[in-house]
Order: sequence, then structure tokens, then C-alpha cells
Amino acid sequence: MDEFLRIITQTLAELIAPTTAAYAIAAIGLNLHFGYTGLLNMGQAGFMLLGAYGFGIATIAGAPFGLALLVAVVAGILFALILGLPTLQLRGDYLAIVTISAAEIIRWVGRSTWLQEWTGGASGLQGRDFKESFHLLSPLPDGRTAIGPLEYINTGSDSWWTRIFAWGLVALILVFVWLITRSPWGRVLKGIREDEDAVRALGKNVYSYKMQALVLGGAIGAVGGVVYALPLAIAPDAMGRTMTFFAWTVLLLGGAATVFGPVLGSMIFFAAYMLMRTGMRSLTANTGLGDVITTTNVEQIGGMLVGVTLMLLVIFRPQGILGNKKELAFNVR
Amino acid sequence: MSADETTITTPGVAGPLTEDHRRVLRDLSAVERRPGAPKPDAILTMDDVQRRFGGMTAVDVDHLEVQEGTITALIGPNGAGKTTLFNLVTGFDTPNSGRWSFQGKSLAGKGGAAVAKAGMVRTFQLTKALSRLTVLQNMLLASPGNPGENLFLSWLPFTWKKHEAEATEKAMEILARFKLDTKAADFAGSLSGGQRKLLEMARALMTDPTMIMLDEPMAGVNPALVQSLLGHIQALRDEGMTVLFVEHDMHAVRHISDWVVVMAEGRLVAEGPPESVMKDPAVVDAYLGAHHDTDLGDDALLDPAILARLEAEEENR
Ligand SMILES: Nc1ncnc2c1ncn2[C@@H]1O[C@H](COP(=O)(O)OP(=O)(O)O)[C@@H](O)[C@H]1O
Ligand SMILES: [Mg+2]
Repeated sequence: MDEFLRIITQTLAELIAPTTAAYAIAAIGLNLHFGYTGLLNMGQAGFMLLGAYGFGIATIAGAPFGLALLVAVVAGILFALILGLPTLQLRGDYLAIVTISAAEIIRWVGRSTWLQEWTGGASGLQGRDFKESFHLLSPLPDGRTAIGPLEYINTGSDSWWTRIFAWGLVALILVFVWLITRSPWGRVLKGIREDEDAVRALGKNVYSYKMQALVLGGAIGAVGGVVYALPLAIAPDAMGRTMTFFAWTVLLLGGAATVFGPVLGSMIFFAAYMLMRTGMRSLTANTGLGDVITTTNVEQIGGMLVGVTLMLLVIFRPQGILGNKKELAFNVR
Repeated sequence: MSADETTITTPGVAGPLTEDHRRVLRDLSAVERRPGAPKPDAILTMDDVQRRFGGMTAVDVDHLEVQEGTITALIGPNGAGKTTLFNLVTGFDTPNSGRWSFQGKSLAGKGGAAVAKAGMVRTFQLTKALSRLTVLQNMLLASPGNPGENLFLSWLPFTWKKHEAEATEKAMEILARFKLDTKAADFAGSLSGGQRKLLEMARALMTDPTMIMLDEPMAGVNPALVQSLLGHIQALRDEGMTVLFVEHDMHAVRHISDWVVVMAEGRLVAEGPPESVMKDPAVVDAYLGAHHDTDLGDDALLDPAILARLEAEEENR
């Protein structure tokens, strides 16, 4: 019974975990790309990693928190411009290929010894080197607080302050994206998603709108990267293809082109992922299942199941990556 | 060719001629009946436009002028290069060579959006309804100069609510003309093929074009609606718009066009008023190649069965 309660508590904790918020933010950015505009960004992790580096390096160089956050946003904007300029005039698949490669390049450059002085190479940037300015901002008193079964320190890495800040950002970004996507500007994006030639034929500069969507979604992704790094460290290998892949799963799970989809998707995804892993770990430790699956296999099986989930989602939601326009259902929203 | 007596008659249309239309027909009556003939008030002029796909020359037009304020039909068998020509002059394709100008300004090398902004708006043969937008959203998207389409104003609804309200009113008016007003809240993807064609034309009208280019506007449209659609196109002309349209339905072409341009294998083969051009041996030749079993002289093309067959052919292309 204790074991059961522990699993449930851990699952609940994932619902409000800072990482869940970070992925929600990344998926909101991806939603602007894919859900609203139809852009295939396969390198959202690159935006996140760049944002985290921008924030971490700026902070270590002495920038105050707000400025460091701004550096992260600017890094995301520049990355989007560099990727978008040559590809957004081409067919959609080019952006997918370029973003996936560019995200890998960022990671490889980050972990190389070439820029080690700033990026910390393969081991990355330690949390204690860049978190102080963030912790100093906390209005919370010292100590710990328990709400229901969840108990954290007030200010620190895995703290209430990190959670409040992370989810506050989610709310802020959500309102912003809600406002802009329900506007005529958002309507142009949706038009481009449906058929960019039709929108062009109505006198709209499609290239400019796609660039705006890519830049905004990328900047939001960079902010997501900062939120991801705040309770942890900045480790390039933790922010690779798997991260992009999780962000896509979160978006498609919650529902592309919906306002709350990314947030809901992130909460459900991470809660279910935690439940699955802790549940399996407990089963392998306490039952006969342990003879078949070792504890170390649990992570791998978890990853596989995420992949299967994403496949099922895409297969049963034809508006997904395969995007055959003729097969679209019209009541998807 | 004894075309002179046909110039001032109204081809198949009952009702009085407007003053403007009478003037248009008078102007056209003086135009030579040969491919590339100069017009007194050309709104669109093309020179040496060539487009090759691999070794095949899809379009090779030496010279073409479209008279302002007219309904000009562009006809020709399948594969003649009509759609390709549309794509070229509206900035949706790049020619191997050629120049063209609209209202005296060169549009060569301009992209699709710039051409549309210049006032030349087109529809597509393969309809491009924006499926997951509602019919009304399709229309509103086309409204030019909406301040809410600027990212920096988009999150401040008070900056664009007024424009949006006016555009909605205009959209509903146009939709009512095309009998789509009851569908305003439906997803465009739920419309029938014919209704999508109508929506695309209605949407193009939202942009207040100077010239509208319609690629097979009648294809797939419910025959009961065709008659009123033809009426709408004439009304556009009477409001001063220039219409260039591609159509397979010869009855429709004769019914509403003031001037007909015939293409075959990428080249212009004939030009003239509808009655005379259909009798031109070059035109008969061009068509015999494609629809050898279709008599262009009669109204066979009004027959739904034949229309359906032609459409099927078109789709299988
Ligand atoms: N993108 C393309 N690639 C290769 N060939 C094309 C392309 N577009 C059109 N064509 C060819 O050019 C010719 C003219 O086509 P099109 O302009 O569509 O004719 P129409 O509209 O008069 O029926 C056809 O033979 C067609 O197969
Ligand atoms: Mg065609």
C-alpha cells in the first residue's frame, strides 16, 4: 500500500513538475510552427538547448536574470532566422531536414572542446554556476512547504519557486499565444497551413508570415529550454533528438492547433510516463516480472512505449505529420 | 470570316446592354481577328512568354493583349497550356523567357502575392478552399489591409475589430450572391466541389480586384447554379472589372464572353468574338485533336453527362 501511494504521489508530482512546464512551453512553440502554420520543425530541442546556453552563459558572464532570459530569447530568434531564411521558400520537408540537422550541430558544437570555456563541453554547465540570480529573485521565505502529499523546499533547484516561475511563464505564454492566434494574424497562419498558394493568391506575403511563426515558436522554445535547465544543469546530451521527439509527442497527444493542447499533453504525457516507469520498476522489484525484465530495462521499455504511443497517435490522427490534406477530418478541433 | 454582323449583338444574353458594355463591344469590333491582335485599351500585355517542361514547350505566346473591362475567354483543348499561362502571369510559375505588364507596369518576376496586391487576382483549376477554416474565415482572410494581420497589432483586438466587422458585412453580401451565406459557419472542407469553386471565386472578390482570372470556374458547379454564376461574372464586368477565364463549357463561353482567345499546344491559334472564332478552321483543328467526338457547334457541352465525361478526362490527366 505504501508502495502504491508512493507511485501515485510521484505521478501527481509530475503534473506540476518544472520539466513538465518546460515541455509545455516547448510544445506551445511547436504548436505555432506545426499546429497553426504547418511548419515541420524537427529540431525544437536545438532551440531549447540554445536558449539554455544563452541563459547560462550570459548569467555566468554576470548578466542579471532578466537580461540572461533576453539573451536566450534572442538566441532562439537568431537561430530561427538562420534556419528559415534559406528554407521557408522551399517545400516543407526542407525545413524538417535542416532543423533536425541544425539541432544536432548545436549539440555537437556545445559538447565539443572547441567552446568548452563557455559551454562546459560534454559535461555542460553546472546548476550552481547559473542558478543564483534566479534563486535570489524568489519572494518566498526560507524553509519547506508541503501541499497535500507534495513537499519541496521553498527556494532552490527542485523548489516551489521553480514551479511557480515555470508555470507562471506557461500561463503568460499561453495567454499571449491565445491572443495572437485568435486574431486575423492567426487566421493567415492557418490559411498557410491549409494551402499556402491560396493565401499567396490573396496577396499575403506567405514567406514573411512563415518566418514570423518560426521565429516566435523558436523563441518560445528557447524559453522552454531555460525553464528546463533551471531545476537541473545544462547538459547538451540531455537536450537532443529525444527531447524533440518528446515535444512532438506532447503536442500531438494534447492536440495540435488547440490552445491548451500542449499544456494538457505535457501533463498527461509526463504523468503517464512516470506512472509507467515507477509502476514497472515496482513490479520488477516485487513480483515475478523481475525475472523477465530487469530494472535497467525499464527505461528502455519506457522509451519504446513512448514511440509506440506517438506512432498510434499519428496513425489514428491523419492531420499529423503525414499531413495528406485530402484525408483531413474537418472536426479535428 | 463574316464576323462583322456579330459584333454589336449580345451573345445569347437577354436584357439591355449597359453603356459601358456597349462601348467595350464597339472597341472590340475594331480589333483585328488574329492571334496577338493589339487592343485599344489593353490592361494585360504579354510578350514572348515561353515555358518549357523538360523538352516540351507548354507555353509559347508571342504576344497577347487583354482588353480592359471585357470578359475574355481563354479556350483550348486539354494540355494547351492555359493553366500554365495563368500560373506564369500571376507569379505562380517562372517562365524560361518573357515579359508582361499589368496596367502598364511590368509584373515579370513578381511573386504571387505581389501580383495579387497589384489587383490581378486568380482562382485555381484545382480548387484551393482552406479546408479547416470556415467559409466565413476563408472570406475574411482575403480582405486586404486588415490591421489585425500585423503581428504587433494582432493581440490588441480593438485595433482590428472595426475592420473585421466591415469585412464580415462585405463577406456575407458576397456569400449571399453565391448562395453560400447559409454555409458561412461550416468548414470549407465540408463543401461540395462546386461550392468550393464558388467560394474560391467569392474569396477572390473580397480582395476588390481590378482583374480577375478564373481557371475553369464552372467545372463541377451544380448546373442549376451555372446560369446565375454566368450572371455574376457579367455583373463583375458591368461593374468595370476585367475578367479572363478558362472554360471548357462552350455554351458558357459563347454566352458571356466578349472576346475569345484560343490556345493549342502552347501557342495562340485564334482570337476574335465568340461567334466567329468558333468557326475558325484553326480552332476546329485544335479541338478535333482532343475532343474529336464533341461537336462544338451545338450545346452538347451543356449536357451534364458530357460535362461529367470531360471533367473525368480532366481529372485523369
Ligand atoms: N509542373 C509541370 N511539369 C511538367 N509538365 C507540366 C507541368 N504543368 C503542366 N505541364 C504540362 O504542360 C502542358 C500544359 O498544361 P496546362 O497548362 O495544365 O494545360 P491546360 O490548362 O490548357 O489544360 C501539359 O502538357 C502538361 O502536362
Ligand atoms: Mg488547365
